[in-house]
Amino acid sequence: MSLPLLSLVTFVPLVGAALILAMPRPDAARWIALGTTIVTFALSLMVWAAFDPHNPGFQLVEKMDWLGGGISYHMGVDGISMLFVVLTAGLMPFCIAASWESVQTRVAEYMIAFLVLETMMIGVFCALDLVLFYVLFEGGLIPMFLIIGIWGGKRRVYASFKFFLYTFVGSVLMLLAIMSMYWYTGTTDIAALLANPHFPPQMQTWLWLAFFASFAVKMPMWPVHTWLPDAHVEAPTAGSVILAGILLKMGGYGFLRFSLPMFPSASEMFAPLVFTMSVVAIIYTSLVALAQEDMKKLIAYSSVAHMGFVTMGIFTLTHQGVEGGIFQMLSHGVVSGALFLCVGVVYDRMHTREIAAYGGLVNRMPLYAACFMVFTLANVGLPGTSGFIGEFLTMLGAYIHNSWIAIFAATGVILSAAYALFLYRRIIFGALVKPTLQTIQDLTAREVAILAPLVVITIALGFYPKPVFDVTTPSVAKLITDSKASLALDHANHGALAQAAGDKLAAAEKGTGQ
Amino acid sequence: MVLLPELVLALGAMALLLIGAIGGEKTAPAISFGAIALFVMAGAEAIWAVPSHATAFHGAFVADDFARFTKVLILVGAALCILLADEFFAPAAMSRFELPVLMVLATLGMLLMVSAGSFIALYMGLELQSLALYVLASFNRDHLRSTEAGLKYFVLGALSSGMMLYGISMIYGFTGSVEFSAVAHVVAQSGAGIGLIFGLVFLISGLAFKVSAVPFHMWTPDVYEGAPTPITAYFATAAKVAAMGLFLRAILIPFPHALEQWRQVIIVISVLSMALGAVAALGQKNIKRLMAYSSIGHMGYALLGLAAGTALGVRGVLIYLAIYVFTNLGVFACIQAMRRGGKPVEAISDLAGLARTNPKLGLVFSMLFLSLAGLPPLAGFFAKFYVFLAAIQAGLIWPAILGVLASAIGLVYYLRLVKIMYFDEPAPALDGDMAMGSRAILIVSGAVALLFIFAASPVITAADVAAKALLP
Repeated sequence: MSLPLLSLVTFVPLVGAALILAMPRPDAARWIALGTTIVTFALSLMVWAAFDPHNPGFQLVEKMDWLGGGISYHMGVDGISMLFVVLTAGLMPFCIAASWESVQTRVAEYMIAFLVLETMMIGVFCALDLVLFYVLFEGGLIPMFLIIGIWGGKRRVYASFKFFLYTFVGSVLMLLAIMSMYWYTGTTDIAALLANPHFPPQMQTWLWLAFFASFAVKMPMWPVHTWLPDAHVEAPTAGSVILAGILLKMGGYGFLRFSLPMFPSASEMFAPLVFTMSVVAIIYTSLVALAQEDMKKLIAYSSVAHMGFVTMGIFTLTHQGVEGGIFQMLSHGVVSGALFLCVGVVYDRMHTREIAAYGGLVNRMPLYAACFMVFTLANVGLPGTSGFIGEFLTMLGAYIHNSWIAIFAATGVILSAAYALFLYRRIIFGALVKPTLQTIQDLTAREVAILAPLVVITIALGFYPKPVFDVTTPSVAKLITDSKASLALDHANHGALAQAAGDKLAAAEKGTGQ
Repeated sequence: MVLLPELVLALGAMALLLIGAIGGEKTAPAISFGAIALFVMAGAEAIWAVPSHATAFHGAFVADDFARFTKVLILVGAALCILLADEFFAPAAMSRFELPVLMVLATLGMLLMVSAGSFIALYMGLELQSLALYVLASFNRDHLRSTEAGLKYFVLGALSSGMMLYGISMIYGFTGSVEFSAVAHVVAQSGAGIGLIFGLVFLISGLAFKVSAVPFHMWTPDVYEGAPTPITAYFATAAKVAAMGLFLRAILIPFPHALEQWRQVIIVISVLSMALGAVAALGQKNIKRLMAYSSIGHMGYALLGLAAGTALGVRGVLIYLAIYVFTNLGVFACIQAMRRGGKPVEAISDLAGLARTNPKLGLVFSMLFLSLAGLPPLAGFFAKFYVFLAAIQAGLIWPAILGVLASAIGLVYYLRLVKIMYFDEPAPALDGDMAMGSRAILIVSGAVALLFIFAASPVITAADVAAKALLP
């Protein structure tokens, strides 16, 4: 393919941002941003169309010299990353549309921040060079910081700093790990590193921990999740959508792309830790969610719980677990994004997120109640919605690995039903007694246009998840066989650590070739 | 011609002085531009006319790729600082023809510093630079803080020069030579004895003072705050490049065989500078004091490259300096643009809401600060990246970990500045108009910060060549 599709899909938003910057009239910013994100989405669909699902390796690869010394501009997608590109590009037009009326101050800057953020996020999923990945991974912090800090709620400054510092501290350790990998292997090329994962087990441990520091914060895993509720509550609606929908997925993606295949021994060693943290996250944050009085905070805690399923599934290193984890991330990206959009709908009308301020909305907002119901049930994981597939598969994977983990995780499912339905009952059902709610209007045409496609996707994926699995299965299978092969190699080498590095390299090549 | 750039500056400075002395104060703008022309000329000669491997005065003066790289940086910094100074002093009717002349002389000293091949040449260059800088710091002579800055800088500078001379005399005593290469030869043959180590420590102390590294940083905040803004910019850019270039040359050429001994000292200095720069900047209310602590921290990061003791480390330091110079010039151009009702203001709170009252200035200012914080995709990230890369390669894992943690602390105060400009309610608007020169500097500096990611590889290659000249 001659067209550099991945570069286009990554950098078109940046061009849009430059256009807005150059445009003297601020009211054009909304239309430019919407147009840009729609074009980007169309391009991401072209990526999907050009993607060959039978090929488990990297596709649509572009490579150019960048910094020299083995650090290059290398882009490419495989079955694990491709759908995240589509998800990111797909959510952005909704974010822009959702901000159409709720953002009235500094509109041009707002749209620029979102477009820059989109470039960074898409780039993260396309990058096939560690340094490039890091630059984009971190580069997204600045626009998100501004989005929370400028257009956020009352405690926006606190939340934006907390968000930035948590993620930054986690990431800088990963940067040092990247440098160590560079000096050990002489390259930062992800494809090359995946082809020859031959770090000695001792080194793997440290590298794994450094990457874990970054991804666990981003994910976020218990106990480093505390930045998320604050960031969610204070961020504007679209910011929450992006946070929950995309930024959290970078952590899971990182585990899949780096931790599992590159540090298999360390992943095996630390898997019990990850399972414990996941299960604690699932149960503990679900309980915390039960006690929330703020709608956004409740959904934020539920996100942490759902990400617990993802990490649990990924580290089982079973087909079901890993694919379930990926599906759960994609599904959660749509569902949690939609839930935040739903909160945004009533927030725009009432300017409060207190659950107690609502009640009986079904009487005046039947359409809204229906949409909200679909997403609530998807969040619970009801069969027939996309939420079910991911949760079921991750638990299946966990059950194969260790039935106790699955049993604890299943408790979390019950709890999630409790908090989600409790939330729904308090907001939607009951009599409409609150005087402030008497005149509340149902969804406008714009809001219907935003929510309806998400409802369709949620239900469609619940009944027919095959398009997703068609893409992911070959790459996941390769990931698992490669990881297991290098794991076996690490075990075989356990006694012979003093072997020359060259021998090890050759052995690793042989191991992955099987 | 090995000495061409230096000759141009020396003769040019005298000529400008004559013109000023005859023509009086009204020639000041012309002399400023004459000085800039001299810098451009010297820079062009340093790039094209000076050979890559040559010495003069029996090895006391060295022309190589390392000197070329640092000289170009120094000259660019100096030229842009004169541009700033011209626009700073002209509205206050304070233009003096001595200012550009002093700056040319100081710059001449800097060029000699980075080309020094012996301790005597080193000291000559250093003193030529320092004496001119003492006067420049107190150039705002009717202003209490400016004179205080000059005096403080002079007293502490003299002390550090004394320490350095003492160290040099010990090195001479124990090796029998002041030539860098001869000292290296002796150390290689008979090792570094305790006396030599003493001399080395004194030398490092003196050099650490010049780059304002902890624990010899005390003068920096006062001098940065008191000196006129363009002079502070000069301290923070050209002078820092020269001092760091000198530091690299005076440690790496004579003492490659005492690496283990000096490395510990440099690591301690480096880590302390990073930590202090980050923590102390948190509480600052004056933007120039904040920049002083920021520069202390940045020199800590650069020194980490020296601690690596390899050509890669030198490359890291050079990339760091190049990015640092351009970013800092932009920051000081912004600080100089902070005027309200024609009067300069320096409190950080004066920046409140700048992104709304003056969006363009706010954007560039924030971007430069985020670049200084080392956030990708801005240039400052790559500066830190290459230094840490060299440190990791040299096995300095713990200093690197402490360094990145310090950068996370430092991030807080840079983010605070962005927060003040973007999140806070606007303070009364600053004067909107900006002089042409400052505007140009801002554009260049902002472009470097933003676009370095796309055009990094020529700079990296140049730094690589320069580093290999020092440590083949």
